[in-house]
Amino acid sequence: MYKATIAITLRPSILDPEGKTLQHALTNLGYDEVDQVRMGKQAEVWIDAESEAEARRVATETCEELLANPVTENFDVQIESVPREAAKQGTA
Amino acid sequence: MPARFGVVVFPGSNCDHDAYHAAHHVFDQETRFIWHEEESIGDVDVVIVPGGFSYGDYLRSGAVARFSPVMQDVVRFAEEGGLVFGICNGFQVLCEAGLLPGTLMRNESLRFVCKDTPLRVENADTPFTNGLTEDQVVTIPISHGEGRYYADEDVLARIEAHDQVLFRYSTADGEVTDDANPNGSARGIAGLVNEAGNVCGLMPHPERCVESLLGGDDGRLIFESLLAHVSTVAA
Repeated sequence: MYKATIAITLRPSILDPEGKTLQHALTNLGYDEVDQVRMGKQAEVWIDAESEAEARRVATETCEELLANPVTENFDVQIESVPREAAKQGTA
Repeated sequence: MPARFGVVVFPGSNCDHDAYHAAHHVFDQETRFIWHEEESIGDVDVVIVPGGFSYGDYLRSGAVARFSPVMQDVVRFAEEGGLVFGICNGFQVLCEAGLLPGTLMRNESLRFVCKDTPLRVENADTPFTNGLTEDQVVTIPISHGEGRYYADEDVLARIEAHDQVLFRYSTADGEVTDDANPNGSARGIAGLVNEAGNVCGLMPHPERCVESLLGGDDGRLIFESLLAHVSTVAA
């Protein structure tokens, strides 16, 4: 069993008003060193695949077909092998 | 000949009854609801994909709705030249389904905006706008939190080159300015059609302003355009 941790982020050219608002809030909290905030999403997908390469292929396909919007978003897939039992309990 | 309207209903649609009311009660057209699990839209002339929060807007607005059984048939219908009209969330669904270019993102202000908006007519030569005139200003309400139209520059250039923009947010005098843009949409785009001209997406809600009793009836012009187009095709 493999667990794919997928980070979905706005492409750099896309305006992110939410990130900008949070950056302002952090500045108000005194974090003057925070220069920029960009918000994104993370998906955790457990995949029953024969190999890491196969799991990566499936995870990438899920992004291309649904999880990410190619017009505005990039995605990054990290794969790790997890024990089957842990996957069932969602603890891995 | 009366037009046959089909109004798609997803879990979370909430302007489906307004669309039905406009088509059926106000314009007296044969109208039916099409549940999202239906695999065929049946014999209709116009499919309305209504506003709301289909599937709770999970992931992205319209992202999940496009995989519903009914949308497969809506895509087929659109590809065969059928008239498909997506309003608000329906616009988002049509973008996610790839029937319209670009996408709709969170309003620049991060606020949900619900108000009457003047719109300048850009193209009055489509099935959705033939009853209007170019540069005419109509007032139709918007009601959305995610209506900021976005597409890459080359896509925008292509849309403009093919005259696909139908409406831009404007002042009451028809000036397209940043101040008149309620959500930060690229080039003030409020509504557009696909290249073939048979699929339209519009963030404002014409179905909410078809009776003067309710504060305005400029939305009638769009429904009247559709009816005129359908009767011409049938004749």
